[in-house]
Amino acid sequence: MNAFALSLAYLRRRPLNTALNVAMLAIGVGTIALLLLFAAQLRGALERDAAGIDMVVGAKGSPLQLILSSVFHVDIPTGNVRIGDARALAENPAVGAALPLALGDSFRGWRIVGAEHAYPALFGAEVARGALWSAPLEATVGALAAAEAGLEPGARFVGSHGIAIGGAAHAETPYRVVGVFAETGTVLDRLILTSVQSVWKVHEHAAAAGAEREGGRAEAAPGPEGPVLLSGDPEREVTALLIQLRNPIAAATLPRQVNMTTPMQAALPGFEIARLMRNIGLGIDGFRAFAWVLVAGAGLGTFAALSNALAQRRYDIAVMRALGAGRGAVLGQILLEGVLLAAAGAALGFALGHGAAEAAGGWLWREYQVRLDGFAWAPGEFGLLAAAVAVGAAAALIPAIQAWRMDVSAVLARG
Amino acid sequence: MLEIRGVRHEYDGRMAVAVEEWTAGAGEEWLISGPSGCGKTTLLHILAGLLRPSAGEARVAGQLLSALGGGALDRFRARHVGIVFQRLHLIGALTVRQNLLLAQSLAGFAPSPSRAAEMLDSLGIADRQDARPHALSYGQAQRAALARALINRPGLLLADEPTSNLDDASAERAIALLRGAAREHRALLVVASHDSRLAAAFSRRLALAPPAAA
Repeated sequence: MNAFALSLAYLRRRPLNTALNVAMLAIGVGTIALLLLFAAQLRGALERDAAGIDMVVGAKGSPLQLILSSVFHVDIPTGNVRIGDARALAENPAVGAALPLALGDSFRGWRIVGAEHAYPALFGAEVARGALWSAPLEATVGALAAAEAGLEPGARFVGSHGIAIGGAAHAETPYRVVGVFAETGTVLDRLILTSVQSVWKVHEHAAAAGAEREGGRAEAAPGPEGPVLLSGDPEREVTALLIQLRNPIAAATLPRQVNMTTPMQAALPGFEIARLMRNIGLGIDGFRAFAWVLVAGAGLGTFAALSNALAQRRYDIAVMRALGAGRGAVLGQILLEGVLLAAAGAALGFALGHGAAEAAGGWLWREYQVRLDGFAWAPGEFGLLAAAVAVGAAAALIPAIQAWRMDVSAVLARG
Repeated sequence: MLEIRGVRHEYDGRMAVAVEEWTAGAGEEWLISGPSGCGKTTLLHILAGLLRPSAGEARVAGQLLSALGGGALDRFRARHVGIVFQRLHLIGALTVRQNLLLAQSLAGFAPSPSRAAEMLDSLGIADRQDARPHALSYGQAQRAALARALINRPGLLLADEPTSNLDDASAERAIALLRGAAREHRALLVVASHDSRLAAAFSRRLALAPPAAA
């Protein structure tokens, strides 16, 4: 009959009270664990999507919008930049690589991205079936987009203008799927990749058709396939440039230089992710504060329960002392009860939080193709466990000290 | 086994108990008698080391109790003194057997279920060892409390008012039980009681008078 078994026996003696306090603590801990998991995995996903991109350059506007549209492929692009301006920047000695992107079309909500082969290489993407695009109007499709939109090699599809479903269709210029990427766990899985020239071609055809309707004349065909920045017409446009810097120190000066001296704007993904997380963080912090209130409530409930229990148990404590238990032993006994209760609440809370993350993960994946893994651990969860146990110990502290100070003879003489 | 010299204890300036001299040897059976309020329970608590007297010396098994610090006194009590309380005070959250095992582990001994079973068997309640205290009859509970008091083989067995609220036959059985168990364990038995029925049963008696105001 050790202290541990004795504490369990006492907790079982008042099952409803114990269960209530465990449940309250579990809900608080579970909510916090879920938020920690969500924040950590969201940040992880954002950082994976932005890996290898030091700087993004696009049309002037909101830097966050530029990052969202050209790195994470949410939100609408800020506009276009001239190849001539982009080429001048790519020739800056601080710039290692500049990857042009042509955005703005989609197929059934899946975004079509005009890019060069270096873009999927950024994600370490491999072609699972078929090949990379090489001729105009060929497309290689991300794993998820391929599966969901049924775009297998050989399929033909028509892009529509805009990134939402229901834009004007470019029916005259269908794409042909030539390959499908293996799953990467990044935003690439949701994209349809083609060449920048293909995107131009689709739009020029549309412009020409419009011009013909207005009685005008079609413009010249788009340029040949090839590196857009080196050989493209300086008057043509791309949506954004993903930049890798030769020297990380340039990140401190180059954006400012771009913003001040060119018609383009530069934004740093790391900086914008941190800013975005701070903004999301405000909401998360609200939830978290609410969850801590639950934890504190569980602490108060535990305190009330142990104080009550101690009043009923004063003879038990006195008898334990009479049987030879030292003051420290009865103090430890009560503390252990608080800690056991908290540990049970924390364990149940982690199970709830991770279970909810796993369940929500399934739903988020179906609805938004966002991953949330309940079987991962977030940094900070260990601190949460320590905090929960500390709450239990703190709740037990005053009753424990009362037990420590008890005048055993006086209590026994009264009984 | 037990030796008291000039022991006095006061509560709030009121003399609770005063014993000039008393010695008792191993294996003896003593009755501390006197009316309510004469300090019987106080004296038992002093002998058990639960209460430090205001003045005087108490020795148990040759050990001067006032020489022991708090922790050492707790450990000494665990190994040398067994107490049967007036209201028994079995721990309700535990079974009878667990009450005995708790007494062992609080005394720093490894809990031994076989020793607990043996104790309960010798007191005739082996079949109730998994029962909780509230399910026991008073007689069974008293035997369980006695088993708990004796499981660590103390040299001194203290019993506080073991016959209060018992009819004559039950009171006789209770005393016989205490004496038999103390004899079996060669312990010094000290019973504190105001019950006049017991006077005849004990040849050795310490009569406490209500002490005068200090």
